[in-house]
Amino acid sequence: MSRLSLGKRLVLAAPYLWISAFFIAPMALIFKISLSQPVEARPPYEPLFSLADGPSLWREKLQRLGFETYRALLDDPLYIDSYLSSLTIAAISTLLTLVVAYPFALAIARSPRYLRPLLLGLAMAPFWTSFLIRVYAWIALLKDEGIINHVLMALHVIDAPLGLYATNTAVVIGIVYSYLPFMLLPLYSALEGQDPSLREAAADLGASPAQVFCRVTLPLSRRGVFAGCLLVFIPAVGEFVIPDLLGGSETLMIGRTLWNEFFSNRDWPMSSAVAVLLLALLIVPLLIAERLRLRAEGEA
Amino acid sequence: MLALPRLLMLLFGYIFLYGPIAILVAMSFNASKLVTVWGGFSTRWYAALLDDNAMLQAAEVSLEAAALSASLATLLGLCAAVSLARFGSFRTRTLFFSALYAPLALPEVVLGLALLSAFVAFGLNRGFITLVIGHATFTMCYATVALLAALRGCDPAQEEAAMDLGATPLQAFVLVVLPAIAPALASAFLMAFALSLDDLVIASFTTGPGATTLPMRIYSQVRLGVTPQVNAISSLLLAFVGAMLILSALILRKRENRT
Amino acid sequence: MTPLLAVERASKRFGAVAALDDVSLEVGAGEFFALLGPSGCGKTTLMRLVAGFERADAGRVLLKGADISNEAPHRRPVNMMFQSYALFPHLNVFDNIAFGLRRQRWAREDVKRRVEELLDIVQLESFGARRTDQLSGGQRQRVALARALAPKPVLLLLDEPLGALDRKLREETQFQLKDIQRRLKTSFIIVTHDQDEALALADRIAVMRAGRIEQIGTPIEIYERPANRFVAGFVGATNLVEGCIEATADGAYFVAPFGRLRREGCALGNGGAAVLSLRPEEIKLAQRSVADGIACVVEDAAFRGETTHVRVKLAGDARLLVSCGRGESFAPGDNVSIVVSSDAGAMFAESSR
Repeated sequence: MSRLSLGKRLVLAAPYLWISAFFIAPMALIFKISLSQPVEARPPYEPLFSLADGPSLWREKLQRLGFETYRALLDDPLYIDSYLSSLTIAAISTLLTLVVAYPFALAIARSPRYLRPLLLGLAMAPFWTSFLIRVYAWIALLKDEGIINHVLMALHVIDAPLGLYATNTAVVIGIVYSYLPFMLLPLYSALEGQDPSLREAAADLGASPAQVFCRVTLPLSRRGVFAGCLLVFIPAVGEFVIPDLLGGSETLMIGRTLWNEFFSNRDWPMSSAVAVLLLALLIVPLLIAERLRLRAEGEA
Repeated sequence: MLALPRLLMLLFGYIFLYGPIAILVAMSFNASKLVTVWGGFSTRWYAALLDDNAMLQAAEVSLEAAALSASLATLLGLCAAVSLARFGSFRTRTLFFSALYAPLALPEVVLGLALLSAFVAFGLNRGFITLVIGHATFTMCYATVALLAALRGCDPAQEEAAMDLGATPLQAFVLVVLPAIAPALASAFLMAFALSLDDLVIASFTTGPGATTLPMRIYSQVRLGVTPQVNAISSLLLAFVGAMLILSALILRKRENRT
Repeated sequence: MTPLLAVERASKRFGAVAALDDVSLEVGAGEFFALLGPSGCGKTTLMRLVAGFERADAGRVLLKGADISNEAPHRRPVNMMFQSYALFPHLNVFDNIAFGLRRQRWAREDVKRRVEELLDIVQLESFGARRTDQLSGGQRQRVALARALAPKPVLLLLDEPLGALDRKLREETQFQLKDIQRRLKTSFIIVTHDQDEALALADRIAVMRAGRIEQIGTPIEIYERPANRFVAGFVGATNLVEGCIEATADGAYFVAPFGRLRREGCALGNGGAAVLSLRPEEIKLAQRSVADGIACVVEDAAFRGETTHVRVKLAGDARLLVSCGRGESFAPGDNVSIVVSSDAGAMFAESSR
């Protein structure tokens, strides 16, 4: 560990203090709040630790912290269902996103070299535009009086509206649409970096195009697939906007539940507990993602 | 890969990506309120926007907050990236690093809740300032990642050459490294700007009365139903960000042609 | 007289590896000095020590008698030409060369004059406005040289200056470098693993291995009187023959696996193990049997233009590489004999590995 000069300490201090005050401390804070009781006051949870208190008061306040909120959380089926439903919807959406993104990424990666940056840029551009707006656009498409139903009925493919809006299906479609760029980029990187002579060697040894794909291209793109799936799955579990706009009343997703818990019920300890548990759920995928990232960086 | 299947895949992909956006923009010019009926080309919804004070004010708040938070984020991100890339392994580096990368992976509702709790605990009144703080915090992480990659790609020999020729370490950084990472800086700023402009969740948690952002306003309108005015403002927002993207692409292309 | 540069007993470790181990040397004013050695020998570390990018764990660096061991690189009147050239891509040629001058706050006209002077010296007169990516490899190298010379350093360090150039360009540039150095009378220290380069350019060479200096001397000294087996083998091609000394009444002999060679002026004692280094050109090859010659058979002959390299097989399965001039031709299978004069080559005690 080296000692830093004053100048360097200042440069480090700015972001460090900021991130400590506005991320590290707050995260510790929610954990602490999740152990407190709700109170009708400002701030709306207690006990509050204050530097003015003596050690005996501290001990007393510490004793008032407890896991009751967690017990209440685990007892209420609403929350358990929300977690499970979130995990399920996120998983299905991730898979679908993979299925949609893979051919797209492959097509771009196999395009002539000079076209690739342009094609990729065009594919990624929507990511920069408003998430909210893109999700909102689907409402007009999915509603019973919306465009998809209108067109399909006009073509006599269906007789009655599909009833897609305000369902879990709509949420899945929304997630696939919004997170497509997140899946696209790692897949494209993995595919673009593949050595074409490997495919040629396989063909030379007698593999059909389909076999070349299954036995060479697909396995070699494993890492990109994992990275993309994690990049979609982890945020999707905690999504709020999509289930709120496209989902129905029976659509249970934990992000939305947390939001309602907070804004509607004003139950700070409960919201905090929901948040902490959500983080706990995501720890494993997060660690896997981190290890993948480290390995990718190690090879770079 | 054969040309035809590739073309079809590309076509399907782009139609899927841009279709909803195109429809949205088309609807914003639809004289009729109904989505499925084309009532002729009209800009009345755009005109209606000019009367919508609440919307205009929200746009102003969003743009200001984006500019401020993006500047903060880029600056802090630069400091963080330099610390991580150049200062070796200092004490608690791992904690610092994790704290910078974590917000990228965590759900926004959790981040928003955490930030709000902090503001309440610190006794800060929620408003425009806390909004800027909230946005700067999560966009700073994106900026750090982008700038770290750019710094790592820098040739250390150039900085050494500058010092060898008489530049102090600070001069060497300003005169040699900053110009080299200028595109990354611009890109980080634009990214932070776009992310801030677009954000709904964190803004909802961290802002206060009088500082409603555009996404928040759009969201509350949308909850009441699909209105053509929302289509109009959405299209405008898309056009704005689109212009920014083209601009940044042009800057990068010009840079690449030169070096 | 105080030397320009003096390194006194410098040592530097990186983790468990000793990059420099008690290294001392002196470089005089106006001298062209070379640090020569295989990769990992510490020559680059030593150079960076002098430039200020590394601090020694022990020892000192003195410039004109003053201790600069703890001075930051930007305060040392020493400049370096980097192996990758490290030209600033966002500045044109003129601004690159002017960089050091501007840091020293030279007046505008002085900067202009000096940059043009340097462009002239490196023969890039009209290149001032060019961008660095518009230059060829050789031109970039000259800009890097001009940039490092502009602030009039007392000492210039060159890190593998010719490594990136192709063969023809390398030879031309060698002459130009030597020429410039002589004209400017600046001391140059080049770091290289290429012994041809060192022999051609330097006034004196320090041969390094594993963090230590094996020998310091003029190119001729290094080549003809290598201090030990490593230097003999590293600089120029050589045959290393192991054997022992036999001191008899009529003189000393070197007993090799293939025969006895008379040695004059041998300082090693009777019975001592020794290694004899014989350069290919120091061995004479004769078509037929001669007195004092040792019989052998030609195994291989490789025509190299001005010389032919002949490999001969001797008694005891020993092999020697001999270099012959034009006009002599040998074919595999020929019976020939080698003649080694009694003062040819260099001999070391066996322990000096």
